[in-house]
Amino acid sequence: MIRVRGLSKWFGDHQVLHGVDLDVARGEVVVVIGPSGSGKSTLCRCLNRLEAADVGEIHVDGVPVPAEGRALARLRADVGMVFQSFNLFQHKTVLENVMLAPTRVRGVSRAEAAREARRLLERVGIAEQADKLPALLSGGQQQRAAIARALAMRPKVMLFDEPTSALDPEMVGEVLDVMAGLAADGMTMVVVTHEMGFARRVADRVVFMDGGRIVEAGEPNAFFDAPSTDRARDFLAKVLTH
Amino acid sequence: MSPILDHLPEFWQGLLVTLELTAASFAGAVVVGLAITAMRVGPVPVLRAIGTGYVETFQNLPLLVLLVLAVFGLPEIGIKAGLLATSMVVIALYEGAYIAEALRSGVNAIAKGQGEAARALGLTFGQSLRHVVLPQALRTVVQPIGNIFIALTMNTSLVAAVGVVDLTAAANRVNLVEAQPIPIFVGAGLAYAAVAAVAGLVTGRLERRLAVAR
Repeated sequence: MIRVRGLSKWFGDHQVLHGVDLDVARGEVVVVIGPSGSGKSTLCRCLNRLEAADVGEIHVDGVPVPAEGRALARLRADVGMVFQSFNLFQHKTVLENVMLAPTRVRGVSRAEAAREARRLLERVGIAEQADKLPALLSGGQQQRAAIARALAMRPKVMLFDEPTSALDPEMVGEVLDVMAGLAADGMTMVVVTHEMGFARRVADRVVFMDGGRIVEAGEPNAFFDAPSTDRARDFLAKVLTH
Repeated sequence: MSPILDHLPEFWQGLLVTLELTAASFAGAVVVGLAITAMRVGPVPVLRAIGTGYVETFQNLPLLVLLVLAVFGLPEIGIKAGLLATSMVVIALYEGAYIAEALRSGVNAIAKGQGEAARALGLTFGQSLRHVVLPQALRTVVQPIGNIFIALTMNTSLVAAVGVVDLTAAANRVNLVEAQPIPIFVGAGLAYAAVAAVAGLVTGRLERRLAVAR
């Protein structure tokens, strides 16, 4: 579904990605972990070209990611994204947030889009918040609304860029539950996160990044129980002791 | 008051021209401002440069110079249009640069993530601007745009210098006959002040109605 080859990326003089290769199969859940500044968020943002790759190729569903214009917009319509800071449209109600892209991009009728939006809000457990503005929702509710908004486009892949990092601890669970449900339904997912428990429980494969490189990748139990690199062992020792 | 009451039809006619000029120029300035803003915040470097050049040019030339240049210069190169129409276009182009600056500051005040989220959903740059970024940006700049409207209203009085008979020119003409500058120009000033006051009221109400919880 996703194929990344030799992806390198610089911010000014600073190289944030060093020739990254990554494959994500249809229906696979890949969880990307690693320390801050390891390039995992940048990798995620390159997949739908919110960041442009400087070197390397990215294919989504067999198609190279277009550089810009309508072709890029079409690709993004098929790739859902959930952000750390939710990014719900502040001037629209939750329902309108979910309806906007289906009506404007896919040309779905408003009635149809509203029906589908209410179904999705029901699915993420916030049906009763549909007619409120985002600012009136808790962080966990906002993030679930953002997931519903992405799902409304019926994406082939979902990208999650640290979806729970901006949430109060007690709201992390409700968002992770929605994501686990999606994974169980067979959604192809790339999840950048610091939630090790989620990685262990839900991932088909864990990718550990450091210094802009993929240091280690593997099946979650094997990775968490017996990481094969010193760097990964060191990282896990730090995050798992707390 | 008698010099004004005696010449009420001239004043009325002048006020109508001023209002017409204000409304048409403002409408044009908003269109110009939106177009320039779209160019300046867009992804195409050439358009960004053109937008910036436009704003720099029109903000750094006095309106009176532009009016004189257009009214007397354009016929020289074979472009002939009515005085009033020429003035409307010049004021719209000039004030459009200010509207563009106000709008751009509004766009910059909107979190970057809003546009990113829109584009990540498959909206084109234009769609994300139109449905997500600009509606939010406009709300933050209602007051500055109201101020530009008021400034534009006052600036329309410069057309008196190129022969358009607006409120200021009408007052001037009446004064040539009556030679009572104080009541005549205070009267004209009050009419401008009334327009500005209405604009202030409208922007205040708009701002309260459009305020968004964030």
